Amino acid sequence: MTYGKLRGRAREKWEAQYSGKLINILVGTATCGRAAGSMAVLEAIRRGIEGLEGKVGVSEVGCMGLCSQEPLVVIVKPGDFSVCYHHVTPQMVPQLIDGYVRGDDPCLELALGTVMGGGDEAVSIPELDLFSKQSRILLRNCGYNSPLDIDHYIACGGYAGLARALTMKPAQIINELKGSGLRGRGGAGYPAADKWAVCRQAGGSIKYVICNADEGDPGAFMDRVLLESDPHAILEGMVIAGYAIGAKQAYIYMREEYPLAIERLGIALKQAGEKGLLGRHVLGADFSFKIEIVKGAGAFVSGEETATIAAIEGRRSWPEHRPPYPAQVGLWGKPTLINNVKTLAYVPVILQKGEHWFRGTGTAGSSGTALFALAGKLENTGLAEVPMGTSLRTLVYDIGGGTKQGRQFKAVQIGGPSGGCLPASLLDTPIDFDSLKEAGAIMGSGGVIVMDEDNCMVDTARYFIDFSRQESCGKCTQCRIGTCQMLLMLDEIAKGNGSLATLEALKALAEDIKAGSLCGMGRMAPNPVLTTLQYFRDEYVAHVLEQRCPARVCKDLIAYYILPEKCERGCDHCMLACPVKAIFSDEKGLKVVDQEKCTKCGSCELICPAEYNAVVRLSPVSLVPGDRRTKPQTPSKEP
Amino acid sequence: MQKLIMTRKKSDLFSIQTPAHLHPRHLIDILQEVQAGEGYLSSEAMLKVAKQLGMPSAAVWGVATFYNQFRFIPPGKKQVRVCLGTACHLAGGQLVLEATARELKIEVGQTSEDWEFSLERIACIGCCALAPVVTVDKNIYPKMTPSKVEQVLVEIKTTPAQNGVDCTGPA
Repeated sequence: MTYGKLRGRAREKWEAQYSGKLINILVGTATCGRAAGSMAVLEAIRRGIEGLEGKVGVSEVGCMGLCSQEPLVVIVKPGDFSVCYHHVTPQMVPQLIDGYVRGDDPCLELALGTVMGGGDEAVSIPELDLFSKQSRILLRNCGYNSPLDIDHYIACGGYAGLARALTMKPAQIINELKGSGLRGRGGAGYPAADKWAVCRQAGGSIKYVICNADEGDPGAFMDRVLLESDPHAILEGMVIAGYAIGAKQAYIYMREEYPLAIERLGIALKQAGEKGLLGRHVLGADFSFKIEIVKGAGAFVSGEETATIAAIEGRRSWPEHRPPYPAQVGLWGKPTLINNVKTLAYVPVILQKGEHWFRGTGTAGSSGTALFALAGKLENTGLAEVPMGTSLRTLVYDIGGGTKQGRQFKAVQIGGPSGGCLPASLLDTPIDFDSLKEAGAIMGSGGVIVMDEDNCMVDTARYFIDFSRQESCGKCTQCRIGTCQMLLMLDEIAKGNGSLATLEALKALAEDIKAGSLCGMGRMAPNPVLTTLQYFRDEYVAHVLEQRCPARVCKDLIAYYILPEKCERGCDHCMLACPVKAIFSDEKGLKVVDQEKCTKCGSCELICPAEYNAVVRLSPVSLVPGDRRTKPQTPSKEP
Repeated sequence: MQKLIMTRKKSDLFSIQTPAHLHPRHLIDILQEVQAGEGYLSSEAMLKVAKQLGMPSAAVWGVATFYNQFRFIPPGKKQVRVCLGTACHLAGGQLVLEATARELKIEVGQTSEDWEFSLERIACIGCCALAPVVTVDKNIYPKMTPSKVEQVLVEIKTTPAQNGVDCTGPA
């Protein structure tokens, strides 16, 4: 079937759904929605609309990027405005259905805002800073189109890029990509067109395309959202890549931890095959292409391109020396193009709208947008796609909504275990590959974690080094043993041991690991330590010289203490919550934490009712008054 | 360790494989299937895989022990996983993990004596906005605290297992 026909049919189907009298209910059922309970909401909606068959359509959609507002439900009513409801529970569903589906009350008190229309009565979501400062290229379909129906994607212009690419010569496609300035979004920012050109020029008739969907960075979930919400964009990008370099076979290397993404990608592959967009004679052209999903077994290092290849070949995921680059000698010794999910997802829209359109967004050196997963101590956690060159401040404050409960901002961590922590003074750094690198962080995969005054930078560095230590593949000594040694040093610092010399030794070791490791993971593993040492040295110094953890996080340097003046003696919450029975009542009935028994689990602090707020953390431990440290021995009774 | 009864005979595992599938390049895939069927990789199963693929058993062990997904002791009927990705860590995931371990009376990587629960830590399931999270089989529990752990465990103790791992308790 030609593309024109496919598109025509998809449009007809789309218009039947959205232009008629049908009321559409869209439920976000990506993993983040499901975690917040969207499947129960979906079920309640399906039950609630019984008897309204033919008048109401229910679709599962992906993620809009507003993870903190999940579960999200959008009701699209023809001739009226479309309303987005947040934190929806199954109990709210009857009210919404009776109100806005059967009746005309849009239930604005339950709504986050309107998606379309609404005038002065309601908040218009697209006009919020959160959305208006974004520029959604990759996320254009996420949360609106059903990832389970290929016709939705096609009706919105999907596979038009492929149709155009098939009329072009491969060299022209690569030129167009070069003109767009697209840089690989896997972390290093290597120009995508150069990689494609090398692979195209490499000899041999067998070549492969690999989509790297092994998003191992803890705290990043952009690839997951794209795979779950708009899987066809990635497939389309892969087919175009295959045509441009001359490959017939492709693999998607997926994390096993993303079962929903695997499931939805499987559905997408099947549907694309049925429409003739994959398989033999793609869209009738003299070009055949097959895509297979390979499930990774879990290893952070598998994200490194030579390690990905080893994993697909069924071996231990060990990085290899480069050159030769995979584009020349890759999977089973054949030229292989490896691109990240996001890189491939940009390709269709570049081909559809042209190189100049893409260059219109972003900076001279980094064109297009940057997709970030915002997490940590932010009001609006979720996904954000901003033009390259946007400042970190805009990302954290305008889009992220600033820190939770107005706590003091401390640092923003970009790039996961390979990235760095940047302090408030660097918030005006523009987001692009080169500026971030200069500041000591990396664009990386795009995980952004915001930390506030309650997060300890020593603990953060320790966390990342512990991660890199566990995930080190063991090939290079510096990385394998160096990360262990760094962890031991950070453990000592977190206990208040060590001296200023320890900090110097830590820094020297970090530099050695950078110099002596083969792959990007090892070379960048010390970044969290180096940046925290550079920007937050005072915290390290407080740990080693004063045995004080300024953020009151490091367990050995803090004590839980119950303020006698705030403790409500009749309330036994903390005593009951304490898992080790470390809390006792003094002679006045006020509660005291026995420091010898306390495991510092924090249960008492969490349970203490907000109106008393009597439990505090003290650091250094010596701040606890001497007479309220341990339970006095009960005096033995006179015989 | 006590010997387990497998309700699924090990010999069945390889009848589902096509000969083309029996190639060392599919080793990880095969190990994933074995684990999906038996719940873990037993020495017997791995020896059998090595033999079928014509590989040294050390090579099979080498691959299996490299990846985080593979387990070498039988899991409990319900698998409790505590996420310790960056966002979960910053939101107190470590305290949640400690509370879970205390409640279940097992350490990370262990299975409880009654074969009901096993406890694992995972690096990130991508629900960072809802940190810290705990998963039990396919259910995700968002915004956990040490005191909510007890509640969740009571809830799951009263619901039947869902992961379909059919290994029964000790003989």
